[in-house]
Amino acid sequence: MTQTALAASESPTGNLAVSELFVYYGPKRALGPVTMLIPGKQVTALVGPSGCGKSTFLRSLNRMNEMIPGCHVKGEVNLDDEPIYGPGVDAVAVRRRIGMVFQKSNPFPKSIYDNVAYGLRIGGLTDRSELGGKVEHALKQSALWDEVKDRLHESALGLSGGQQQRLCIARALAVEPDVLLMDEPASALDPIATAHIEELIHELAHNYTVVIVTHNMQQAARVSHHTAFFYMGDLVEFDKTETIFTKPKQSRTEDYITGRFG
Amino acid sequence: MAGREHTDREYEQELRQLREQLLVMGSHVESIIGDSIRSLLERDVKLAERTIQADKTVNRMEVELDGLCLQILARRQPVASDLRFITLVLKVVTDLERIADLGVNICERVLELDAEPQLKPYVDIPHMGQEVQSMLREVLDAFVAKDANRARKIIERDEVVDALYAQVFRELLTFMMESGHNVYRATRLQSIAKYLERMADHTTNLAEMVIFMVDGEDVRHLTSRAETDELIRRDHN
Repeated sequence: MTQTALAASESPTGNLAVSELFVYYGPKRALGPVTMLIPGKQVTALVGPSGCGKSTFLRSLNRMNEMIPGCHVKGEVNLDDEPIYGPGVDAVAVRRRIGMVFQKSNPFPKSIYDNVAYGLRIGGLTDRSELGGKVEHALKQSALWDEVKDRLHESALGLSGGQQQRLCIARALAVEPDVLLMDEPASALDPIATAHIEELIHELAHNYTVVIVTHNMQQAARVSHHTAFFYMGDLVEFDKTETIFTKPKQSRTEDYITGRFG
Repeated sequence: MAGREHTDREYEQELRQLREQLLVMGSHVESIIGDSIRSLLERDVKLAERTIQADKTVNRMEVELDGLCLQILARRQPVASDLRFITLVLKVVTDLERIADLGVNICERVLELDAEPQLKPYVDIPHMGQEVQSMLREVLDAFVAKDANRARKIIERDEVVDALYAQVFRELLTFMMESGHNVYRATRLQSIAKYLERMADHTTNLAEMVIFMVDGEDVRHLTSRAETDELIRRDHN
């Protein structure tokens, strides 16, 4: 299979089906087995204590783990029935459809415009007006356009922390992915910038599947439709967020979210 | 409440304080029920007056417990069983306070009856009082033991109190039909029986809340909810 194996399907639902997924660091099992269906165009939050495997799981959804030496993945992840770990599937193509935003905003030391256009240019897009249109669209989707439209060619490093994080979201959205993975996207932001990001996540869920790792229980409760609780490499419970936060079925989930851990 | 303690000890302490204060309030209310009935049986005006005063403690505790709940909601953002517990307390205090008010109402009728000779020997009313008091004690125990099954059994006992009330009502009606002179006293006694019947309803509410706290299952108005669901379904078809 080539890159085309993961070209966008005609009507993407953005469902991510994970089946019997294991991740190993060397001989050590870090995660698994995990089997779950992450529903398309909704927000799924991954919660759990440090080292529980949630970030490992997140990274295995777009093959970012492959960049870690000694890391080995077993099992299946299908995006709209296309196996992302299928033979011959290009990891770069996977990451184009399943974008990622990190805890610490990491804009390139370039202009705002060039940051957003980066992935598009790598993808071979050179037409200026098309490029401009897509950059504008991505910045509007990340709710940054009004704040930066008059200074698109200034350095991205001059933006505030919250703006830089939304810029990174715009950069991920510019290549028109189906899924957006977010690893603690608001943990370094003040409450107002956090509120902007959370509002944005709500908006994005109309068009994208969002999977977010967060240590903030209230944030998980606020932004997500479904919540998955991980503990020591196992998926302990996965249910509607309202169920997890009002009457979880597993006592380990209950202990963790109410703050009775360890 | 989950079995384990909170990592944050101060939070754990706040929850414990809430639990203990709620039980203290419950035991005050239980005494008010017992004392109000005793003041009727023993025609003890002083006890009736003391009981009316005791209600003020219950009122104060309602306000304090509400305040504590709001503080925990604002500062701790409780979830899961903690959240169910806090919302339970917010509602329980209202029912408890009303039960105490009904006890005060009984005492007020006792004061009115004091000027009159006793209409009849009291049989079913003290029986109702004992039943209600025992239901309340049981619901508080079920709460402490986090025992939803015990709470379910209390709900069934509401029918016993309802049946006793119907019986008292019929009996008092015959007294009233017998002579107009009986009406003043019979209506007072009928009110007292009604207050006790209402207390049992409030206690049933408490039992439903305990079930919700323990199991997360909302058992309120199951029959009428099923009926309205049926009506909605019919409307759609």
